[in-house]
Amino acid sequence: MAYSDKLLDHYENPRNVGILDKEDGGVGTGLVGAPACGDVMKLQIKVSEDGIIEDAKFKTFGCGSAIASSSLVTEWVKGKSLDEAAEIKNTDIAQELALPPVKIHCSVLAEDAIKAAISDYRTKNESKSEAAE
Amino acid sequence: MSTTKSHWSKDKPLYLDYQATTPTDPRVVEKMLPFFSERFGNPHSRTHHYGWDAEDVVEEARAKIASLIGASPKEIIFTSGATESNNLALQGVGRFYKDRKNHIITCVTEHKCVLDTCRHLEQEGFDVTYLPVQENGLIELGKLAEAMTDKTLMVSIMAVNNEIGVIQPIKEIGAMCRERGIFFHTDAAQAAGKIPIDVDDMNIDLMSISGHKLYGPMGIGVLYVRRRPRVRLVAMINGGGQERGMRSGTLPTPLCVGIGEACAIAQKEMGAEAERLKMLRDRFHAGIDARLSEVYLNGDLEHRIPGNLNLSFAYVEGEGLMMGVNDLAVSSGSACTSASLEPSYVLRALGVEEELAHTSLRIGLGRFTTEEEVDYAVEKIATEVTRLREMSPLWDMAQEGIDIKSIEWADH
Repeated sequence: MAYSDKLLDHYENPRNVGILDKEDGGVGTGLVGAPACGDVMKLQIKVSEDGIIEDAKFKTFGCGSAIASSSLVTEWVKGKSLDEAAEIKNTDIAQELALPPVKIHCSVLAEDAIKAAISDYRTKNESKSEAAE
Repeated sequence: MSTTKSHWSKDKPLYLDYQATTPTDPRVVEKMLPFFSERFGNPHSRTHHYGWDAEDVVEEARAKIASLIGASPKEIIFTSGATESNNLALQGVGRFYKDRKNHIITCVTEHKCVLDTCRHLEQEGFDVTYLPVQENGLIELGKLAEAMTDKTLMVSIMAVNNEIGVIQPIKEIGAMCRERGIFFHTDAAQAAGKIPIDVDDMNIDLMSISGHKLYGPMGIGVLYVRRRPRVRLVAMINGGGQERGMRSGTLPTPLCVGIGEACAIAQKEMGAEAERLKMLRDRFHAGIDARLSEVYLNGDLEHRIPGNLNLSFAYVEGEGLMMGVNDLAVSSGSACTSASLEPSYVLRALGVEEELAHTSLRIGLGRFTTEEEVDYAVEKIATEVTRLREMSPLWDMAQEGIDIKSIEWADH
């Protein structure tokens, strides 16, 4: 199975590997997948006061396609609003990295990870605004 | 071994997958070559020199194979490989004796060609018992004894497992079968030429061997079929009645010569080679252990062929790891390599947790593996596992003391 140069580049030189402080109110954390299935992605976003994703970090347990998909989406979400980031589709990821058909689930997982991180951020900030009222 | 010469040229991946296949030994290739060209006769031609010449060398090869396993040359049936041999043993013997006995005992970690053949036989009305294995990959003899009934026709247990290299207690199984008048078949594709096998001492009635797993050519194998007490079987391939009617078809002279020579070399060098491989294997294992924590060996260490290591590198997914060590040719128990998403059924049968099964690599060392190659591979794997663990959320959790099993993971 031949992988694309873009995929290999993200695998060999992954962007934005790391951790953000999950206790920070501006940080949303998404943890998706399962060790038993061979993929776990943790994607974190840091959202500015005006609702723009200013930083993103990931950690992934998985095959090269899963690592590359998470690396790619951390690049893509930066600078986007939450609504814009939520529009990233797995098909865009699969196309960009030229994922082979058996690896499409990796791009699905990456999309899920963004959505989970956004949802975590929103839940956190809803409860905070409720508490403030 | 004096002829050890690495195949590693650094512009190709370093080959560490000797359980998948072995290169044909150059000494074997040399013996085979004349039989493609000037000595091309059909070994079944009875009317001229070309045929007689081919027949002579085929019979010499048969004798060499027989000698490796303590059999008589008449008990050696040439086939296309171990898959055909396993099919012929199970289906052929099964169909011959079906009216009298219809129970077969095998085990869950057998090669797919045994398990799949058993499934087909079940559809034909056979009862098949699939014995579980213990954590170390070996069957329990007590469970085997319990499974045996007066309807049991045959026990088929592999000598050496292809994924984890463990050696089953063949001699004990053979004795139990002989005592009860049950045929004993063993798939010895990974065992022949690697560990001593004696069909009489071990009471083996049928045994499958593959050419390309013992430095012989691909496309040829052997089924050993005992003559005393006689084992009978229904042929699957009919025709000119070659191979005592058990397997028709013109014998491929060069391939027969090749597997024969491969067996002769294995017989001569097995002892020294096993020692050398064990030294390399231990060096590999110790090297990994010195550099990495949380690496687990799958399968028994003691009852194991010297050229196999199967290691789980916790928190690092096997296929991701293989991409990182892409200048090593190894294989993984992670499923992502295959179309299904299930990890290795062999590792699962050992009770290896799915998350650890996904992190396994099979490292196969063989006749042309050198110390330099082992050191290179250890360094490469250790570096890459360290890099990937730094990228792994599971590794972080483990470092923080979070039990991964305590988390409710969503299935996907």
